[in-house]
Amino acid sequence: MIHWLQEPWTFAFFRHGMVAATVAGALAGLVGVYVVLRRMSYIGHGLSHAILGGAVVGYVTHYSFYVTGGIWGGISALLITGVSRTRKIGADAAIGIVTTASYAVGIALISRGHHFTRNFEAAFFGNILGVTSTDLWVLAAVAGAVALAVFFLYKQLLFVTFDPDVASSFGVRTGVVDIVFSLLLAAAIIATMRILGVTLIAAAVVTPAVVARLASDSFARMLALAVVVGALCGFGGMYVSYYGDIASGATITLFGAALFAVVYLAGLARGALQRRSLGPGSADPDLPAGFAARARTLQDLDIH
Amino acid sequence: MTGTASPPLVEFAQAAFAYGGGGVAVEADLRIAPGALVGLVGPSGAGKTTLLRALLGQVLVGGSPVGRRPPRRVGYVPQLETIDWHFPITVAEAVLLGRVSESGPLPWPRRRDRAEMEALLERLDIAEMAHRHIRTLSGGQQQRVFLARALIRRPDLLLLDEPTSGVDVRTRHEILDLLSELNLDGVGIVLTTHDLNAVAALLPELVCLNGRVVAQGRPDQVLHPDVLRATFGSEMVVIEHDGLRLATDAPSHGPNHPHHGHLHHGPDHDGAAAAVRGAR
Repeated sequence: MIHWLQEPWTFAFFRHGMVAATVAGALAGLVGVYVVLRRMSYIGHGLSHAILGGAVVGYVTHYSFYVTGGIWGGISALLITGVSRTRKIGADAAIGIVTTASYAVGIALISRGHHFTRNFEAAFFGNILGVTSTDLWVLAAVAGAVALAVFFLYKQLLFVTFDPDVASSFGVRTGVVDIVFSLLLAAAIIATMRILGVTLIAAAVVTPAVVARLASDSFARMLALAVVVGALCGFGGMYVSYYGDIASGATITLFGAALFAVVYLAGLARGALQRRSLGPGSADPDLPAGFAARARTLQDLDIH
Repeated sequence: MTGTASPPLVEFAQAAFAYGGGGVAVEADLRIAPGALVGLVGPSGAGKTTLLRALLGQVLVGGSPVGRRPPRRVGYVPQLETIDWHFPITVAEAVLLGRVSESGPLPWPRRRDRAEMEALLERLDIAEMAHRHIRTLSGGQQQRVFLARALIRRPDLLLLDEPTSGVDVRTRHEILDLLSELNLDGVGIVLTTHDLNAVAALLPELVCLNGRVVAQGRPDQVLHPDVLRATFGSEMVVIEHDGLRLATDAPSHGPNHPHHGHLHHGPDHDGAAAAVRGAR
C-alpha cells in the first residue's frame, strides 16, 4: 500500500501536479462556500469562460495570460456584482450576460486566427501535468491572499452572504465587501484555470462546498470542511489519474462527484434511521410561558 | 417611559423617504421620544418598512442619503420571512454577527463578546440552543435569536419589522412580553404590525401611516373610525373591551340599510379627531 502511494511521487511532473491540484482544490473549495451560499453556483463556470476572452487577448498582444486574464476576469467579476445589485436583474442573469459576451470575444478572436486554436487546449481542459513553476507561484500567492482576506474579513463576508439587506445597518460596508469578494473570486479562478480547465472549474468550485454543506449546519465548520474536501478531491483525483491513466481534470471532478454521492446517500440513510427511531408524537419544544394580562384577554376573546 | 423634556430619539420634520431611484414612498412628520414603545400601523404599501429603513439610514431623505451609517446605536430585527433558513449558521454564530463592526479583525469572537452573547441567550431563554441550527428552533425562539443579534449591539433604539407576523398566539405573547421588558429597561422600540387588536392595541403609542403620518398618539386616541378610515381606506367598527379599543371590519351596509352612515359603535373620544392629521 505504501509503495502504491509512494510510486507516483518519484516523478517530478506528478509532484508538481499533486501540489497544484491540492492547493487549487482547497482554494476553489474556500471561495466555493461563498459562491454556493450566495446562490451564484454558475459564476465559476461563467467567469472561467469570460477569462478565456482575456487569455486570447493576451495571446494576440503577447502579454502574459495572468495579466490580461486577471484584468479581464476582474472587470467581468465587478460587472457581474454591479449588474446583480440592481434588483431588477438577478445574479444568474448578470452572470449569463457578462460572461457569455466576454467568452464570445475570445471565440471571435480565435476564429480570426485558426492557427493558434490548439494553444488553448490547456485553458479549455486543464493541463495539470504541464504546470510550470510560474503557475505554482501564482497559485500559491493567490491562495495565500484569498486565505488572508477570508481570515480578516470572515465576519463581514459571513454577514453579507447570510443577510445582505441587514448587514449595512450593522456597520458592514457591503459594497466594499462585495467588490473584494468579486476580485478574490476572479483571482482564484484565474490561478486555477490552467490547472483545472475552463470546462471543469465550476465543479471544483461548487462540489466541495456542497459536500461540506451536507455535512455541517455551522458556517465555520462548512468553510473548514470545504477546504479539506477541495484539497482531498485534488489529491485523490491525481492518484486516480495516475493509476487509471485518465485526464487529471476529469478524475478530480469525478472524485468530487463520488464524494458528493457518498455524503448525500449517507445523509439520506441517517435521516431514514432518525425518522424510524423517533416514531409518531414527538413532544413540542419547551416554550417560555407568560404574557401580560391584557393580552390574555384577547386570547380568551380569540381576537387577533 | 415616554419623556417629553429630553431630546427626541428620532425626529423627522416634513421629511420624504424613498427607496433608491423610486418616487416618494412616505412623508413623515414624526417625533419619537427616548424609551418610547411605538407601533407603526397601516395597510400594505403605506410606508411602514420604508420608515423603518429610514430610521436605519438605508433610504433617501429629501433626495440625499440619511447617512452611510446609522447616526445612533440602532438594533434591527428583520421580518423572519426574509431569513434564509437553510443557510448554515448556528444560533451563536448568528447572534455574534451583531458585534461585527466592533469585535476586531480576527475571525473568532473575543472573550467578552462570547460572554455577552451567552448572557443574552440566557436572558432570552435560548441558551441551550446556542449550537443548534437556526432552522431547528420554534418561531418564538427564532425571533429571539434575531432579537439577540440586535440587542448585542446594546442599542438605544430597537427596530422590528413585523415581529409577530406568522407566529401563533403563545409566541406572540412571548414576543410582546419580551419587548415590554426591554422597553422597561430603557430601550426605545419601534415596530411595524398589521395586527391592530393583538399587537397595536396593547402598545403605549401608535403611528398610523398611509404614505404619510395620518395620526400619532395613544391607542385610545388613534383607534377611532375616522383615523382608521383615513389610514386603511375602509370603514371599521371600534369596540371597547376591558379598557382596550379593538377594531374590526364593518359589516357591509347598503345605502338602504337602517345603520348606513352610523358605523362608529365605540364611545366618542374628543382626542381622536384631533389626532387625525388632515385625514379629511
